[in-house]
Amino acid sequence: MSLLLERVRKSYREPGGQKLPVLGIERFEMTQGEQVALLGASGGGKTTLLNIIAGILTPDAGRVLIDGRDIAAMQEVVRDHFRAAKIGIIFQTFNLLPAFSALENVLLGMSFSGKGVDRAFAKQLLERVGLGHRLNHSPQKLSVGEQQRVAVARSLANKPVLLLADEPTANVDPANQQLILDLIRDTCRDHRVSLLMVTHSLEVSGTFPRVEKLHEFNHPELCLQEQAA
Amino acid sequence: MNLLTIAWKNIQQRRLASSLTALSIGLGVMLMVLVLVIFGAVDSAFSQRSVGYDLIVGPARGSDLQLVLSAVYRMQSPSETLPYLYLEELKKDRRVVSAVPLASGDVTKEGAFPIIGTTTEYFENEYMPGRAFQIRGKRINGLFDTIIGSEVARQNRWDLGSEFTIVHGGADSDHVHDEKFTVVAVLAPTGTANDRTVFLNLDGFYAIAGHEKTVEEIEIRLRKFYASDPDRLTIALQQLESVKAQAAEGAASGHNHAHDHSHETPDAMKEVSAILVRTRLARDYPFDAMSLSGELQKGFQAMAVNPIRPIQRLMETLLGNIQKALVLLTSIIILVSGVGIFVSIYNSMADRRREIGIMRALGARRLHVFGIVLSESALLCIGGGMLGWFVGHALAVAASPWVIRQTGLLINPWAVNPWEAVLFPVLVGLAALVGFLPAMTAYRTNVAEALSS
Repeated sequence: MSLLLERVRKSYREPGGQKLPVLGIERFEMTQGEQVALLGASGGGKTTLLNIIAGILTPDAGRVLIDGRDIAAMQEVVRDHFRAAKIGIIFQTFNLLPAFSALENVLLGMSFSGKGVDRAFAKQLLERVGLGHRLNHSPQKLSVGEQQRVAVARSLANKPVLLLADEPTANVDPANQQLILDLIRDTCRDHRVSLLMVTHSLEVSGTFPRVEKLHEFNHPELCLQEQAA
Repeated sequence: MNLLTIAWKNIQQRRLASSLTALSIGLGVMLMVLVLVIFGAVDSAFSQRSVGYDLIVGPARGSDLQLVLSAVYRMQSPSETLPYLYLEELKKDRRVVSAVPLASGDVTKEGAFPIIGTTTEYFENEYMPGRAFQIRGKRINGLFDTIIGSEVARQNRWDLGSEFTIVHGGADSDHVHDEKFTVVAVLAPTGTANDRTVFLNLDGFYAIAGHEKTVEEIEIRLRKFYASDPDRLTIALQQLESVKAQAAEGAASGHNHAHDHSHETPDAMKEVSAILVRTRLARDYPFDAMSLSGELQKGFQAMAVNPIRPIQRLMETLLGNIQKALVLLTSIIILVSGVGIFVSIYNSMADRRREIGIMRALGARRLHVFGIVLSESALLCIGGGMLGWFVGHALAVAASPWVIRQTGLLINPWAVNPWEAVLFPVLVGLAALVGFLPAMTAYRTNVAEALSS
């Protein structure tokens, strides 16, 4: 089992002090190497779910097991280290750091994992995404599609067991969409990395062997019921 | 990639703002280095704990400080002169081991180094306790033979056999003496004012055209000087009378002094600017200098001063405070520059919130981002400081010939003041101080909020 969420609850506190329930997931699981497309309406809690799985947010209750370890129960320092080592993240807006070149952005991903920096592997990843000739280009000098490819390479830098992708093709032109999608999926397949990809596009989700709709397994009202009980 | 590399990349990203803030620190440090170099030179020039003499005797007109600056540090023209006969009397005192006359007032045409007329005894005595002069060359034989200090030789590129002329009455005077002087010996560096002095035989000094005075002028001075001691005045006037008689005899026989050969100046016609006095060993006679000084203050228009105390007083009361004030001022400049760095980094934190969020999402711990921001502050403070330190000393190197020419201070532009050693720990402290708040902002960044911003 690569990912298992059990009885996960998450609420936000509104400015007025009231609780706003966002996530109420009884069970969600992914096997190793599985590729899942996650569909959901805006504001439906997709990003919150990804942040909880990544350990960026902690749930109010429940377990989030990744590779057998509960990231929600870890201390923050351990969680940060675990995230660096086991989880790759691709953001909708790429989120490359402008001060660093393409290669350095990938190396930066390795810097916090504690495994050390593997320059040769970073170059190999960039070559794999077709940017072997643009290693030293800063993000500003790369096209939108190229930037997202660097982000893909960076997300795989630490050989994660789980890759979380938040609408990675939403800001990319149609010509690059399929290219990037194939790149992410092929790379995950090659490295036996589980992929959970959030998307709004039915066209994109249609290519996945498993498609999950968040509203079908997320019941935020559970938070309120348990609170009342 | 380590934290310093990441910090350096971030600094490069904000190149202009980073350069300006580092430059402001650099300017502050540069000013401080210059202040310390100059005051270091002043301190080393005036901090001689001993000058090899116990007393400096000079004319009563003027201050004790003026006398010491003139006789020991060669930084002032003598205010008045003493009769040579007075030196003779002083030598007879049982407490006096050595009394060396100094006659001064002129400077070299090149470099405006002071000319001192003295006797060979000056070089036989130690210039500091336990330190004897080391002289390369031969003894002074001719009237216009000179021994030059090491700094004179270095700056004017003079060596044995070099010839030069001197300017009458100081650097601002236009009158160049006709006499040609020759370097016959060069002193090894002493770290004292001797390094930038040209020494001449005392008789040679009197032989320079324009240095002699008329008998009438000398008589007026003697009457004034010995006004309170009629017996000594009588003896002095008797000697002067014999000079008058010789002059009258020469005039009667048709001998003309205006021709081009020199006569030895009679003692009665000589004057000296100051007398350096060594008394008997203080170990055996601890009160010699004090008692002699007390006696010399009475009656005659002379004074005897300790060669160290007036300078120490000056250093402590005036220069020391000026130095403290300037160091304080430059410290404030550095502090203000530090505030500049704080403002620059702190303001950038709002723009960098997302970048910090990304790094945290990639696995950076809170302490990582804290360390990165603190490293940026340290790189700016220490980098700017090191640049300022180097430029400060480089400026001191460039300016030292001018300073030496203008003030006579021997500047060692690369000499590191102990305060400079404190400077870098202070800069590190400053970096920590100004980087702490922005680093804490980074530390506290909410990753989820930062990523959604």
